Formats: sequence, structure tokens, C-alpha cells
Amino acid sequence: MDQGRAAVAPARARWALAVVPVLFTALFFLWPLGAIAARGLSLGAIGDVLGDGYTRSVLWFTFWQAAVCSAGAVVVGVLPAYVLARYRVPGRRLLLALVTVPFMLPTVVVGSAFLALLPASMHRTVPAVLLAHVWVNLAVVVRTVGTSVAQMDPRLGDAAATLGASPWQVMRHVTLPLLRPALWASSAVVFLFCFTSFGIVRLVGGPSHPTLEVEIWRRTTQSLDLRTAAALAVVQLVIVVGMTVVWSTAQARTATATAMRTLLRPRRARTAGQRALVWITVPATTAVVLAPLAVMVERSMCTAAGRHSLDAWRAVTGVGRALGTGGTQPVVADPWATVLASLRIALVATCIALVVGTLAACAIAYARRGGRLLDAGLMLPLGTSAVTIGFGLIITYNRGWYDLRGSWVMLPIGQALVAVPFVVRVILPTMRAIQPGLREAAATLGASPWHVWREVDLPVLRRSMGAGAGFAFAISVGEFGASSFLTRVGNETAPIAIGRLIARPSLLNLAQAYALATVLAVVTLVVIVVVDRLRGERGASF
Amino acid sequence: MLHVVDVCVSFDGRTVLDHVSLHVGGNEVVALLGPSGSGKSTLLRVVAGLQDVSSGVVRWDGTDITQEPTHRRRFGFVFQDEQLFPHRDVAANIGFGLRMAGTDRASVASRVSELLALVGLPGFGERDVTTLSGGEAKRVALARALAPKPRLMLLDEPLTGLDAALHDRLADDLRNLLRQAGLPAILVTHDPAEAARIADRVVHLGDLGSGSR
Repeated sequence: MDQGRAAVAPARARWALAVVPVLFTALFFLWPLGAIAARGLSLGAIGDVLGDGYTRSVLWFTFWQAAVCSAGAVVVGVLPAYVLARYRVPGRRLLLALVTVPFMLPTVVVGSAFLALLPASMHRTVPAVLLAHVWVNLAVVVRTVGTSVAQMDPRLGDAAATLGASPWQVMRHVTLPLLRPALWASSAVVFLFCFTSFGIVRLVGGPSHPTLEVEIWRRTTQSLDLRTAAALAVVQLVIVVGMTVVWSTAQARTATATAMRTLLRPRRARTAGQRALVWITVPATTAVVLAPLAVMVERSMCTAAGRHSLDAWRAVTGVGRALGTGGTQPVVADPWATVLASLRIALVATCIALVVGTLAACAIAYARRGGRLLDAGLMLPLGTSAVTIGFGLIITYNRGWYDLRGSWVMLPIGQALVAVPFVVRVILPTMRAIQPGLREAAATLGASPWHVWREVDLPVLRRSMGAGAGFAFAISVGEFGASSFLTRVGNETAPIAIGRLIARPSLLNLAQAYALATVLAVVTLVVIVVVDRLRGERGASF
Repeated sequence: MLHVVDVCVSFDGRTVLDHVSLHVGGNEVVALLGPSGSGKSTLLRVVAGLQDVSSGVVRWDGTDITQEPTHRRRFGFVFQDEQLFPHRDVAANIGFGLRMAGTDRASVASRVSELLALVGLPGFGERDVTTLSGGEAKRVALARALAPKPRLMLLDEPLTGLDAALHDRLADDLRNLLRQAGLPAILVTHDPAEAARIADRVVHLGDLGSGSR
């Protein structure tokens, strides 16, 4: 009985809730998007971009690397997905969490880890980019396909076996066909992530292999060709939105069939073949996930060929600095200050994202018709890339009294825009799970709409708000795409510092970058563990 | 004194209440009978302000309260499925309405224990509401609605779903409690025996429409 909500959240209160999120989105997202469109959305500009051989090759590279990476992630990820969902494996939960780690880490950490892992001869090459992308996105495949495996009744395989199918034939003719929707879904998600990947491509691929994102950034900050950058942003946005629409409609069709199924418990590996599968997959997966990170930590202590020292860590933490810099001007004057700046700015971004996201989630849950629209509007920044957000902000807030280019506030605002959709996604399900009857009961006992929210909603939301804040913080502290446009001297964040160190690769600079990345990784992981505790047992979704 | 005059409600084009009028006066207990889906719960929600009307007026002592929000009406409501706040203990549930009215702590505490005694659950204050039996939950829901001394009680199938013995005992308790409180009340039910047992007057929803006026 939808109409009944009127009594608990009258129209006035519902609109009041939506004011802040709508204003925030309009001012810092839609207006900048309009500014991009004003510069780039013309037949002339887009024609020039698509007619140019160089940008066409950028577009082509963006496409094919995303396609190859998505195929690669599915091929590598399907086995761990299957094994971890189907069989009782010691430390299964830990391993599932471990597989998710690369996906959660800031892209600069991933980039640093792969530079550390791969020999120098592979730095700034396409294969390095592909490997890093596959590694990051394994989590998507393992989680999505794993859920599908857990929903699949293993007795179907038993039935096939009684009909004479060998384990391989069961896999080929029963399991894989049933997993097909999940395989497609995860490959689509990985494709989109790789298509809009910025940090990894810029760090690992270097300037000679740009994707659309990196090219937008390069044109804006280096060749100051805003017209081309805007046209590229428009092209990218159209492609991403188009693909998202196609995929979400396709997914909506397949999702209805599987929505109501329950998760089945993992079984014990019974046959020798199954046990072999488990005993090969589990250590291999662990090694694949941990190796780049472990090597990165090791290389952060490697400042001269074949010798280990803590020079980089001294430079980063400021403990006995200048010992190892050899008198030359350091690339990043005070690395530790960048860590502190990151934490400070992320804290502000978290506050913004939490307020906007919570209000938005409440407005969406209370709303009748406008809810869907608000929901979709707030998710837009997620579909757009962080680069587009940063680019839009600097070409919008650049005149007169609202010239905020030099101001530190743009940075947390940009980061908050990236984080808000996640906060909404975490809070909204809890908000919707609250029985409307409880709010009605509170109202009949004399609680005003504000009291209803404080007494009924807030106590239930507190955990989700904590988790949302954690997500926002983890995203903000490692944010690279929008920050690349918005950082100014004096408020340089750690990810930006890592980017600059890697752009001038000497042994010491790289070691410093790895040390900073390690710090960033630890901060992110601590936050993620706290978030996980707050969210409890509920399943992960992206 | 409650007057519901010519109220219409429709959901998505389907008319649920068609020119319904009802009058409850003094401290009489009126039972509202009707088959399920006849809109009797909807009428109760209209009175509580939980449901907007398409047309018609609700008056209390001559004042039009149709647009008055629920929380300002001071009508107690006992929900069919209790709707006890799961994150609060029994005492906090019962004291909720008093806290909303700004009553001080000490008075809340004494009123809560008074009500716990009244509904036959002395000492239940610190119990977690999720551990209550069906009958206990009903009693707590009733105590919660009575606590802020409402002007009118609205009871939506309060005894549905209880086993026969418990049902009869609670029906008698309910009757006595409403008499003691001296409150007017509307009881929605589909059970004629229950209606007769508790109420002073029994009305059929079908008789309240425009045709029979």
C-alpha cells in the first residue's frame, strides 16, 4: 500500500530530503557534464576526433584491450570461482576475501604492484597493462560466477553422471551452460571497468599506450587541447552509457529466472579429481593474488641493484630523510605530507558523501514516483568515469567568483561524487528493508516525520552508514582519476605523488612509490576490514 | 467524538471505500465487521491519518482533521502484526509515545510499569521484544498504544491469529481494558463473535456506504 507512506513522510518532507542530493548532483555533476557537452558535443569536434588516425587508434586500443582483459579475467577466474563456491576448502572465506583485495585497492597501488612484479623490460608495454587488468578484475568473476555456482544444484551434475557423463562432460555440457549468464554478466562488468580504466593504464602502460581516459587527461593537462578532450569524453560517455543500457536490459531478462534461488552449502571434495582440483586451485589463486603485492613490498626496500635498504622508507616517512637522495632535488618533496593530505581530504570527502548519500537513500526509499529518477541520476557518476568528473569540474569552476581551480575543496567534492553511488548502494537496501508498519506505528504514537527517521530509521541505518562511510573513505583515499585534474601544489595526495614518482623511474623513485603504495594499501585494507565487519554476513555485490 | 463523513479511497483506480460515513461517540467501543478485502482496515488507516482520502472529511469534536498528520492526531493504533520496534526492549516500546510527547524519564518509567501491570506483564520491561510469545506481543502492543493516553483507540484485527483459548482470554482482557480506560475505540474484525464480545455496538462496513445512508 504505497499511498500509506504519505502519512509518515509527507510530500514536503520527502522533497526536503532530496534537495541536497539533487543540488549536489546538479552543481558538481550535471553542470560540468553540460560544460563538456558544450565544448565537445558538436559534429565538428566529434568528426575531427573520429577522423583523426591517432585518436581512432586510441579508441581501438581502448576497445580491444578491454575485450581481451574481460576474456582473460573470465578464463582465469572461472576455476577459482567454481572451486571456492562448490567445495569445502579450508580458509574459504579468507580466500574469497583475499581475491577481492586487488579490486578494492587503489589503482595506483595496483599499477605500482605490477611495475614491481614485472621486469623493467615489460614496463610501459601493453601486456603489462593486460595482466594488471586481469588481476584486478578476477574478483568480479570469482564473486559473480561463484554466486551462480552456489545457486546451482550439484545434483544436476550427479544426474548427468548417472547418465554416463564424465566429470569433464558434466563441466562442458551441464555446468558451463548453466553458468553462461553469470559468465556474460561478469565479462560485461570487467569490460566496462577496463574500458574506463585510467590509473593502471597511465602507470603501467606509460604515455605511449593511452586509452580514451588517459588521452582525455593528457589533452587536458599537457597539450591543453580542451576541445578534443571534451569530444573524447563525449564519445566515451556515449559508448559507456550505450553498453550499460544494453547489458542491464539483457541482465534484467536473465536475472528474473535466478533471483529467488537460495545459496547451497559447499560440499566436501570427494573424488581424487575433485581433491586435485582443490589442491591446485587454492594455492595457485593465493599465489596469484599475493605475488604482486609481496614483490611490491620487497622492491620498496630495494634502492640499489641487488641491495636492500630502508632508504625509500626513510624518505617516505621522513625518518632520517635526505640520507639516500644524494643531493638531487627529490621528485616529491615531502612524501609523508602527501599521505596526511590524502587522509585529510578523504575525511572531508567521506563526510560529504555520507551526508549526500544518506539523504539520497532516504529520499529514494520514501519517494513514490521520483525515486527511480533520483536513483538513476545519482548513479550516473558511477557510469561516467572519474576522469570525466575531474575534467568537467575544472572546465566548469574556472571563472569569476566560482573560480575554484586553486581551491582545495574541489578535490573532496570530486572524490565524494565518485563515492556517493557506493554510499547509496550500501544504505538503500537497509532503508528498504525497514517495515513501513514500524514508521506508521511510530507516527500513531506521536512521532513527527523527523522523529520517525531518528527513532526508527537511524538505529537500523547506523551500521550501513558506517559501512558506507568506510567505502567512501577507501575510495577517496586512493582516488586517482578525478584527483589527477583537481590536485594543486600544496594539496598533492599520495596517489598523485605515486604517479609522479613513477613517471620519473629511477630505482629510488620507484622504491619510494612502492613504499607509498604500501602505506596506501594498508590504510585501504584496514578500512575495508572494518567495513566488512559492519556489513556482516550479507553477500557482496558490486 | 469522531465523525467520518462521505469518505472515498481508491488505489490505482480501484475504489476501496465508496462514500463511507461513520460516527463514534462518547466512550463507546464500535466493532467494524466485514469480510477481508472490504476496506475496513483502510477505513481505520484513514481515521489514523495513515491513508490519504480521495474525498470526504474526518472530524474530531467538530474540527476537520482530514489533513492533520498522524502524529498530531493522538489516536492510538494497535496493528494486526503489532509492529513492535525490534531494536528496543519492551519498556522502551511502551514508553515510545511518552518520549515523543517529551515526558520526563521518571514519569515514563512509572507509567510503563503501571501499564505492564495493567496488561498482566509485570517485570517484562527489559525483555527483548523478539523473544515474546504471540499473546505477550499483543499485550505489549496494546500497552504501547494506551501509554500516551490517546483520545481514541484504533484496533486492526488485534486478536487474529491467536489460538482459541488465548483469543477468548485476550478478548475479555481487551474489553475490560478499554472500559477501564474509558476510551472510545474502533475495533476492526472479521469475527462476529469477537465483535459481540468486545464492542458496545457492531456495524457492518457494507451498511456504512452511500446506499444505506
